[in-house]
Amino acid sequence: MIRLIMNGLEVQAEEGWTLLDTARFYGLEIPTLCYHEGLSVFGGCRLCLVEIGEGEKAKLVTSCTYPAEEGLIVHTDTRRVIAARRMMIELMLSVAPYSKKIQDLASKFGVTQVRFKLRNEECILCGLCVRMCAEQMDGRAIGFQNRGYRRKISTPFDLRSEECRLCGGCIYICPACQLRCQGPEAETAVCNACLTLEPTCLDYYDELQCWMYDAGRCGTCVREPREKKDSLVSPKP
Amino acid sequence: MSPKKRVKKLRHLSELESLINQEKEKRQKDNRPLISISSGTCGRARGSDKLAEAFKKALRQQNLQDKVILKVTGCHGFCEAEPNVVIYPESFFYQKLEPRDAIEIINRTILKGEIIDDFLYLDPVTGEKATKEADIPFYKKQKRLVLGDNPLVDPTDIFDYLSLGGYSSLLKVLSSFKSEEVIETIKKSGLRGRGGAGFPTGKKWEFARAQKSDVKYIICNADEGDPGAYMDRSLLEGNPHRVIEGMIIGAYAIGAEEGYIYVRDEYPLAVQHVSIAIDQARQLGLLGKNILGTGFNFDLHIAKGAGAFVCGEETALIASIEGRVGEPRQRPPFPAVKGLWGKPTVINNVETWGNVPIIIEKGADWYASIGTNGSKGTKIFSLVGKINNTGLVEVPMGITLREIIFDIGGGIPGGRKFKAVQTGGPSGGCLPEKLLDLPIDYESLTQAGSIMGSGGMIVMDDRTCMVDVARYFLNFLRDESCGKCISCREGTQRLWEIVTEITEGKGTMEHLALLEELAIAVKEASLCGLGQTAPNPVLSTLRYFRDEYEAHIKDKRCPAGVCKPLIRYSILAEKCTGCLACLRVCPQGAISGELKKVHVLDESKCIKCGACFEACQFGAILIE
Repeated sequence: MIRLIMNGLEVQAEEGWTLLDTARFYGLEIPTLCYHEGLSVFGGCRLCLVEIGEGEKAKLVTSCTYPAEEGLIVHTDTRRVIAARRMMIELMLSVAPYSKKIQDLASKFGVTQVRFKLRNEECILCGLCVRMCAEQMDGRAIGFQNRGYRRKISTPFDLRSEECRLCGGCIYICPACQLRCQGPEAETAVCNACLTLEPTCLDYYDELQCWMYDAGRCGTCVREPREKKDSLVSPKP
Repeated sequence: MSPKKRVKKLRHLSELESLINQEKEKRQKDNRPLISISSGTCGRARGSDKLAEAFKKALRQQNLQDKVILKVTGCHGFCEAEPNVVIYPESFFYQKLEPRDAIEIINRTILKGEIIDDFLYLDPVTGEKATKEADIPFYKKQKRLVLGDNPLVDPTDIFDYLSLGGYSSLLKVLSSFKSEEVIETIKKSGLRGRGGAGFPTGKKWEFARAQKSDVKYIICNADEGDPGAYMDRSLLEGNPHRVIEGMIIGAYAIGAEEGYIYVRDEYPLAVQHVSIAIDQARQLGLLGKNILGTGFNFDLHIAKGAGAFVCGEETALIASIEGRVGEPRQRPPFPAVKGLWGKPTVINNVETWGNVPIIIEKGADWYASIGTNGSKGTKIFSLVGKINNTGLVEVPMGITLREIIFDIGGGIPGGRKFKAVQTGGPSGGCLPEKLLDLPIDYESLTQAGSIMGSGGMIVMDDRTCMVDVARYFLNFLRDESCGKCISCREGTQRLWEIVTEITEGKGTMEHLALLEELAIAVKEASLCGLGQTAPNPVLSTLRYFRDEYEAHIKDKRCPAGVCKPLIRYSILAEKCTGCLACLRVCPQGAISGELKKVHVLDESKCIKCGACFEACQFGAILIE
């Protein structure tokens, strides 16, 4: 058993647990986005940041990747942590403003405006789809391309992948609704998964920027109308 | 190594000892004149390879090839004076040579012992000429422990290295040190990682040594990615055996049997010289199985990097060697515990490895006597930018910035005013004039908002806009971020966007507050060293040059006259002599006028390229 101090409480972690595992075991809430129990950890969304150490050497680390260490002092909700988390949410919102998941996070953490120019890329490159495809579906049809601000998720050479079995796992797990099909004829389609899915839409808004060849059929756009969103994330002129 | 030399594998420590002594003696007895041509990548770009050819030809013509030694060496460090040669034993220093000068040098200096005045270095500050290398102010204040042998050693000949006492530290370690004694010596010397973070090297080795594992690795990090920094390249090109010797000693200390040199593919000469050096060391039995009959096995491989800045980060570097995408991962576990292929691994920078043989040779106490309390030894900086003596300088820790920039670097060219110095590469910070007397070590630089980094040092004069500098480095970083963490990928992109807006005159004071808030968040939330230091250019310029940001925002004015959207060009009628110089160079035809009459600049056509400003001899072009 590893003993450590979390938010002033002495807690015990089992060998191999991360700080996130430990916090969740004790009911301490830490928000996550790129983390998924069924997938390997990634540490890209930086939402699960916690502060470790004390005094000058205190620093922020992602709890999903940091192993529980004997005697470690952890705080899950200091000002520093919250400020960083809020900025991460704001950055995510600025590229994927219509994601319900990120909108919910924003509401929860009181992020009421985005001070950056909106880009509507609808992808925060959290890598859930990539890991889902590789680890759960044994597909490896999609992956990251490029680096820095040019980074994106796609199939090799942006061509329709022969590894893709149209399982739809990537769409299922996406928090930002990026991986939508561009129609059955599209040459650069990423996963083509929608072709096998039954429409399960609860709501259907035809003004959505759905790139499906028949809007709403993919069954993933359980989203609210755009007008409402616009008022919530008012971009600064 | 000349093909004539037969290489016999050394099978015992005593064989290495006698070989070193034999080579040393040979060098001492050899009193032929030596022409040493500085010919690193930088020298070759300025034509040093053609100069070497010319020397070879001239020596052949006069039938002197056996009476004069010609050595094509790595970089000597004084880039401003390339291509240059040093002629021993007098150590005459001739600079900025052309291939045709070779004959004259041989005829006059080598044969008659004359000094050729035209080729001597002229000090731009005092106006005096220096005959010898040691008289040049650039070299005077330096303490060249690591780079010092560069002019004396042919990097492609292991025997040349042996003749300078090379591999005697290895001999010392293998014959009389236990592995823990090596670590104790390194710990006592106070050597810290020269790659940037400054982690104590001995401590790192100790961690790795303490790990129980069948296989351990050591790695030399030669993925030098900072723009304008080339210390590691010069050392690998000029004296690869010193690095290899350091690595063998490191491997012995931690119990590793395999090592990698991770070098950028953009350094072809370094790759070539290191490959040759490894082959030669292997042939001589200094690498391989049962080294010198001690039962210690160690071999080296080269891993070539594809030029991603982030692969200089140790976990990304390991991923790259393993064949995966170069992305950092969370530490712990540290590489010393779980590194390459999951095995304990020690990664050190080229310069760190280069220091190891010196420490073993001269002792930990001697080494620890150089430098400051927390930072020992010397550090190589690559001094570039608006500076008279561009080049590589090796100085003891604790020297002030002023000494480096003004005493060694010779100050700012053109009599302009010093404005700032950027240390530590793209993710370092800009330090203003008031910090020039700061003694340089790891802690003081960090406190001042910059970093030691790998040793880049970019000097800026009063015609540099600090907002534009921040924009430049952010552009580099948003491109080189691996893109894994949103904080670094999106953060550097947004920082760049905001700073760009400010340079375009579209900034607001809210932007400034946001810039600061975002920069701190990126620093705090990012995974690796790249993201954690990426906001440094913004934070340090905001800290020391806030007034420039405010001038861009409030007055829509660029004080240094750099940011194009904020400046306008005009011609001062009272200074214009009507010489037509500006009119001729203007690519837009924006300037009209006749000879000896005041010219007029049409602002609607002007693209603010600055060509007229450069062309005007009379200071009649006004930038405001």
